[in-house]
Amino acid sequence: MHVVVLAGGLSPERDVSIRSGRRVANALRAADPSIDVIERDVDSTLLKSLRTDAPDCVIPMLHGAAGEDGAVRDVLDGLGIPYVGSGPDACRLAFDKPVAKALLRTEGIATPRSVALPHSTFRELGAASVLDALVAAVGLPAVVKPARGGSALGTSIVNDASELPAAMVNAFAYGDVAMIESFVAGVEVAVAVVDTADGPRALPAVEIVPDSGFYDYAARYTAGSTEFFVPARVSQEHSEALAKLAVRVHTSLGLRDWSRTDAIVTPEGAMFLEINAAPGMTETSLMPQALTNAGMDLGELTAYLVRAAVARG
Amino acid sequence: MTSKGSRLDPWVDSYATRARGMTASEIRALFSVASRPEVVSLAGGMPFVQALPMDAIAEMSARLIRERGPQALQYGSGQGDPTLREQIVEVMREVGIDGHPDEVVVTPGSQMALDVVVRIFCDPGDVVLVEAPSYVGALGVFRAYECDVIHVAMDNEGLVPNALEETIAAVRASGRKIKLIYTIPSFHNPAGVTQGPQRRSEILAIAQRSGILILEDDPYGLLGFDGGPPPRAIRADEADGVVYLGSFSKTIASGIRVGWALAPHGVREKLVLASESAILCPSNLTQFTVSEYLSTQPWRQQIKVFQEVYRERRDALLDALATYMPEGTTWTVPAGGFYSWLTLPPGLDSKAMLPRAIAALVAYVPGTGFYVDGQGQRELRLSYCYPDPERIREGVRRLGTVMESELQLMQTFGADMPQHDSQGPQTPAPDLG
Repeated sequence: MHVVVLAGGLSPERDVSIRSGRRVANALRAADPSIDVIERDVDSTLLKSLRTDAPDCVIPMLHGAAGEDGAVRDVLDGLGIPYVGSGPDACRLAFDKPVAKALLRTEGIATPRSVALPHSTFRELGAASVLDALVAAVGLPAVVKPARGGSALGTSIVNDASELPAAMVNAFAYGDVAMIESFVAGVEVAVAVVDTADGPRALPAVEIVPDSGFYDYAARYTAGSTEFFVPARVSQEHSEALAKLAVRVHTSLGLRDWSRTDAIVTPEGAMFLEINAAPGMTETSLMPQALTNAGMDLGELTAYLVRAAVARG
Repeated sequence: MTSKGSRLDPWVDSYATRARGMTASEIRALFSVASRPEVVSLAGGMPFVQALPMDAIAEMSARLIRERGPQALQYGSGQGDPTLREQIVEVMREVGIDGHPDEVVVTPGSQMALDVVVRIFCDPGDVVLVEAPSYVGALGVFRAYECDVIHVAMDNEGLVPNALEETIAAVRASGRKIKLIYTIPSFHNPAGVTQGPQRRSEILAIAQRSGILILEDDPYGLLGFDGGPPPRAIRADEADGVVYLGSFSKTIASGIRVGWALAPHGVREKLVLASESAILCPSNLTQFTVSEYLSTQPWRQQIKVFQEVYRERRDALLDALATYMPEGTTWTVPAGGFYSWLTLPPGLDSKAMLPRAIAALVAYVPGTGFYVDGQGQRELRLSYCYPDPERIREGVRRLGTVMESELQLMQTFGADMPQHDSQGPQTPAPDLG
């Protein structure tokens, strides 16, 4: 079997993607030496090479736009090439944070209050008055982040209204729409979901305790700068609620094969923060830690998902 | 329940304090995108080695291995190959230095020479005076040896003598010890400016009066564009008070990794010992390659080729800047070397703007990477050494568009960007074009 792992691309998460792709490719090679695995960047020669090489399956390990917004998966569907992971429509819903939150709210899933606005709204209505209205709606402290994108790029925690303009500029550096979300203090966790023969299964929650207090880019990708607890140090009741939450998010958005839900646990319960249709698989990423704790092997899981993708065509 | 979590690095409690800043960085992540061919990179400082006579070098290298293989592939002298040291003395005559081969210590690139100089001079907390801005590789070395780096103002002629004198007085009044004045007098990285003869004399006089050693870094000195003789090195007029760093990275090839230090006797003795403890000896293979190149190839003519390539690219950059930069932007006009230094219109922040620039497929280096104290938010470095003139023009056009839209954004929010906390590397790896 011939499998192509797509990694890289032009997103600011290119480096993370390359590392995720390398890890998945190596794990797959180790798990099943009979599978011929190649890693490949996404560029103008991709379509030609996919047509020529005709891989049995593609594993998109692209993070950020094009990789997670469904575009590449649309192309793969068009070419009739099976791939591991969610389809384009589910990716589109998951990648757009305000859209995902709105949809999940309608499903009764708790998520912090938030407002998402494009830069043009601030320009037309005047930033000061719009920011005042946002603070009134969301409250402080708040988290400001790009509506689309990952790895906490462009994300800031704002404790005082005077910090908001700079935080908005940081967020708009990574996209045209920014989201302001009420900051909820609690236990920060990530719950991965994998599709098995018995349906979607939540892996143990990974608790995230960054030294800096903020799980930003450096805290995510500098080994040693964040302490992880697997399973998360939450009550059994919260642990079960988290598993249910992650599976509900996975199924409600129509995600497939694997996903990772980021959530916050408060004494009142778990709240949804974000969903990742292409979870990071780097040396410091969360999902591989959950797999290890669950006694699962990344390579074996990937091989299983590759076969499942080929079977569904 | 687990009382202690995992940090994914069992040695996290063992690292030295100086490793604290060695973290993943958003800026480095963005530079990863800049390596893609779609992006016009005005960020890196890779020399245009494609201008070298590759066939001649291939033939020369093959002959070297055939005829001197056993010696070329063996350990060599810690101080460096004697023949090459004689040739280095000849090269330094181009910038007016009358040195002696015994005073030369060959190192794997002048970066290593810089490292060993700081290693033998600086204790933690010692003060090093550097230009504002300064070479990021030097700042990294000073940080590694836990020096207290203090920036001294520059103008269009480089380091400002009055500012230097005032800084020396202020530091000494605070009871601290100044060990080095680190300066790049010719075609400065990143500022693109050059000290005139008078300016060099004044700086030298201040250093002599103050009893402070000058560390003169001169990797670009032979790459002037005006066709005249290269700027005369400070070391040409003072042998005992200057350690001079030279490099073949820009005049031959950066991949060869051969540089050197020229130092007075006492310093040189320690440099050799320090260098031996760090690297044992520089590579015979690369030293012999440089030596063969200098003795068999028209190296002065090749430098003229490089000068012409870079002059044409510099002109393309300046022309494009004049066409595409928004009002309020200023830049230096380099008379040689690889870089121009931009000052952005008020309100713009070069680090905050970088993601937008990368999305628009153009890369530069934000100014903050060239300071240790958070300065440089309104500044950035543009490199013209690697992309061809057409790409340079396109890159600057894209940058102009990004700046216009960033100005709109900043006007919308009137944001006063906070000082950056310089988390992780702020500049690209050396292999970015």
